Amino acid sequence: MMRSSRLMLVLVSSSLVLGACKKKPAPAPTPTPTPTERAPERTTPTAAPVDTMAAYNEKVASARMRLLETIFFEYDADELRDDARASLDAKIAILNANPGLRIRVAGHCDERGSDEYNIALGRRRAEAAKRYLTDRGVDASRIETSSFGRERPAVQGTTEEAWSKNRRDEFEITAGGENLRPAS
Amino acid sequence: MCWWSISRSITRCGRSDRLRLAFSHHSLFVMVRSTLRLCCRATACALLASVAVAPLAVREVEAQPTKGVSLGLQYRPGEKTALIVLPVKGANGDSLTTMLSRDFDFSDRFTVVGSSAAPAVTGAINWALFAKLGVDGIVQATVLPSGWLRVVLHDVGLKSVRNQKDFPLPSGALSPAWRLGVHGVADAVEEWITGQRGIAQTRIAFTRAGRVWTVDSDGANVTPVTPSGMSPQWLPSGRGIVYTVLDGVRNPVMFTDLATGAQRVLASAPGIEHTTPAVSPDGRTLLYARGSDTGTDLFAQPFEGGAPRRVTVGRGRASAQPSFSPDGQRLAFMSDRSGHPEVYISDLDGTNVELLTAAAFGDRDYRAGPDWSPDGRMVAFQSRNGGTFQIMTINLRDQSVRQVTNDGRNDDPSWAPDSRHLVLTSNRSGVRQLWVVDIETGRARQLTRGPETRLAAWSPRLAAQ
Repeated sequence: MMRSSRLMLVLVSSSLVLGACKKKPAPAPTPTPTPTERAPERTTPTAAPVDTMAAYNEKVASARMRLLETIFFEYDADELRDDARASLDAKIAILNANPGLRIRVAGHCDERGSDEYNIALGRRRAEAAKRYLTDRGVDASRIETSSFGRERPAVQGTTEEAWSKNRRDEFEITAGGENLRPAS
Repeated sequence: MCWWSISRSITRCGRSDRLRLAFSHHSLFVMVRSTLRLCCRATACALLASVAVAPLAVREVEAQPTKGVSLGLQYRPGEKTALIVLPVKGANGDSLTTMLSRDFDFSDRFTVVGSSAAPAVTGAINWALFAKLGVDGIVQATVLPSGWLRVVLHDVGLKSVRNQKDFPLPSGALSPAWRLGVHGVADAVEEWITGQRGIAQTRIAFTRAGRVWTVDSDGANVTPVTPSGMSPQWLPSGRGIVYTVLDGVRNPVMFTDLATGAQRVLASAPGIEHTTPAVSPDGRTLLYARGSDTGTDLFAQPFEGGAPRRVTVGRGRASAQPSFSPDGQRLAFMSDRSGHPEVYISDLDGTNVELLTAAAFGDRDYRAGPDWSPDGRMVAFQSRNGGTFQIMTINLRDQSVRQVTNDGRNDDPSWAPDSRHLVLTSNRSGVRQLWVVDIETGRARQLTRGPETRLAAWSPRLAAQ
């Protein structure tokens, strides 16, 4: 496809050139137009680099954000919600694009359950995320899990809003995060 | 007095503490005296000598007729003996008076009459004045030139000295060790009267601001004892504490030696949570919950080091918060294997599991934080049925359940050595703090103040340092 369209472009442009100079029939059609005619075609990529680098960096930043994006749970539950699954799907794509990347998942709870039981519940939340990733092809050795129970709340407070923000898995990069590549 | 106590002891195969009371030297003397006075009761006395000590109290005997008998200083459960501590003279006398009075009060076994109400005692005691105060016993403490404390317990009813003893006190008045020594004196006096040693000479370990602290039973001497950590439990010797450090990396179970301050790792592995440790009554086995990709299960290992051995098989579910029975043969623990947290008991190797809290609660909400009472008869735990957590006890003999708290949210009970008081975490005053509750009277007192305080463990009786 690429090749044929470029060929078309060359043909069209050379016919334009041919049409423009009626005085002499050009003997060598292809080489002559190249400097003038190729120029605009090249300017697109050469003008782009400034934008593309920024766009690329933006893509990397957004990949990093998606990778580290916290997922949330319902009360006293370790089942993955739909929004959590979507976030994990995005993480899978990034993990696949970066074979050297390793992550740690830490499960957290709100303050309503027993403090000590919450450590086990947090562990199960971390394992739920890990299982989702490994079931979809990510190597288990790339994912560490841990739990902080209710010991490190993201938000203080005794409202459902605060609690819902504390029932979560947090993600961090443990290796291979220096030259992160966005998912292709 | 004596006849009364004897007859009660016989009729009901009374509490062991009352029997011991009757057998103590002085009581024997009193016994003989009052027996002579009562003439015809000698056979009862003889009978008593052959009565075996039976452990259980039965309530209804309280209605025994008592008229016509001089009762004297007598401990009756449910009916408090009135005590007064005479103001102690000399250096730190005020502290001694206050500490002793408070210890008797906190025991919930006495009505303590304020020392300031005491008639002056110079030489002979004016019994009538004390009787008018409604006092059964007078505690008279004197600081001896050696620094020892002479304690005399006077029986107002019998107008005589009931007990007397000189107690050594650690040097360094008002130091933690000295205070612990004074609490030991209060506990000894309590044993003179009730037959059961008190619990003043104890401490409570707890979690605050990500580290473990201890506090004396009367709320004094709040001291951090570890650089980090949570979920403390005492060694049976009282000489150290095991606890967990949730650092997100190796999450070890640690041991701190309270005498030296030395910290030692007992269980640690990358990516594993080692939580809710407990030490067996013989001090030889460490039990803890191990959280990994296969779930959270109880593991046991020799305290002095060795390979961990699996106790529970949760298959992805969680078992945690182990508590040993006092004979070291059984465990109470929390597990959500049924789908929601409940309290189970099992043998030490995890076999013979019974669901302890099912019958009373059906299939609703959750139970956690079990602690087996030192007398082996009850398990305290936290329970939630739709509302908020409250502390409950379950009697292991008849499975009867009693609710101990009803104010605010209450978590993580831990028994005092007397199997009568519990320390627990409660938010009833706003911020979570430790409270001590007497399960017989329901009386509660706040033990700690300040920043959030939780996950407490009551020590065994501690020897003077």
